[in-house]
Amino acid sequence: MRIAERYTGTAIGLHWLIFALIAAGFALAVYMVDLPLSPLKLKYFAWHKWLGVTVFALALVRIGWRLTHRPPPHEAAIARWQRSAEGAMHVVLYAMIVVIPLTGWLYSSAAGVPTVYLSVMRLPDLLVKDYALAELLKAVHVTFNYMLLVLVVIHSAAALQHHFIARDNVFRRMLPCIKPRRGNTGNA
Amino acid sequence: MRSLNLVLKLLAAAAIVLCALPVAAQSVLYDKSRITCVSRQMNVPVEARFMKFSAQIAFDPAQPAKGKARMDIDLASFDIDNAEVNDEAIGKQWFDARNYPTATFVAAVIKPLGSGRFEVRGPLTIKGRTHEVSAPFTYKEEAGAAIFDGAFPIKRLQYNIGEGVWKDTDTVADEVQIKFHIVVTAGTPAAKK
Repeated sequence: MRIAERYTGTAIGLHWLIFALIAAGFALAVYMVDLPLSPLKLKYFAWHKWLGVTVFALALVRIGWRLTHRPPPHEAAIARWQRSAEGAMHVVLYAMIVVIPLTGWLYSSAAGVPTVYLSVMRLPDLLVKDYALAELLKAVHVTFNYMLLVLVVIHSAAALQHHFIARDNVFRRMLPCIKPRRGNTGNA
Repeated sequence: MRSLNLVLKLLAAAAIVLCALPVAAQSVLYDKSRITCVSRQMNVPVEARFMKFSAQIAFDPAQPAKGKARMDIDLASFDIDNAEVNDEAIGKQWFDARNYPTATFVAAVIKPLGSGRFEVRGPLTIKGRTHEVSAPFTYKEEAGAAIFDGAFPIKRLQYNIGEGVWKDTDTVADEVQIKFHIVVTAGTPAAKK
């Protein structure tokens, strides 16, 4: 009997780090947008942008890693439709973690506000100031974020279903501390 | 003879008066001119524009010391392309535009710096406080217009701009860059010589 493989440490680290940063950026955004104008609100906007830039950079690293490192194979019990659904979901999630920070960056540039990462590194302005375009990009940025929220709920539900109901190793492959279950191995 | 004498005297008087007169005023082309300011929020430069101002300018690059300028900026016309920020900016803690509607700059000294560059110095009054500022600027004539371009920094807290929580300069920096691009009709009589 052999132990099922896990994702690499780098893949697991990037997955949870990006999740934590997106969760923080999302929560901060929901909290900050309706605050009355204050120095604190400006700080929150700056932090939100820094989180976004960090997610964007890590997402690119992660996609590079994924393209050069095969994920651990599934157990034989995982149905074909599940594999296809998983593949499609992962592609969309990867796209979202790149596109969402990008729409934020575009929105900020169209609004005439440059992005200065960590108050130190000024990123290039991707667009010239255009009020109507900024409003459109804001709507796109917000909509994509709620779409991502829905996808994350489905993604987590699937992971938890595998862990608690199917009791297989799908979720454990992405957990840093818990060892995969012995037994149900058998590779595809 | 007497009348000729009188004419000569009058001419001489006129010549004296003309030489003593300041350089003729130029008319400002407001739709081509801009006064903007760049503040830094968390080190992010953000530009805003004062949509309304009036300026009286009489400047001859050949005799800059004789130049005169006065500028009155309507602070309520501050526009940063965000309604919420605009309201905040003209409110009590920032410009307090209701009590102090205009910022005024009067040129006291204009001196040449060479190669089309000059420096203007004078008092700038905002929100009831006056401090001397000096601004280097360039002057160039093109297509029947003369263009003044310059910029200078001010310390917003010296003028009490940003009171209360906004005194904190970690978020909005104390230094604010004021930029002006003023276009006037070219060619004062003196400049045409």
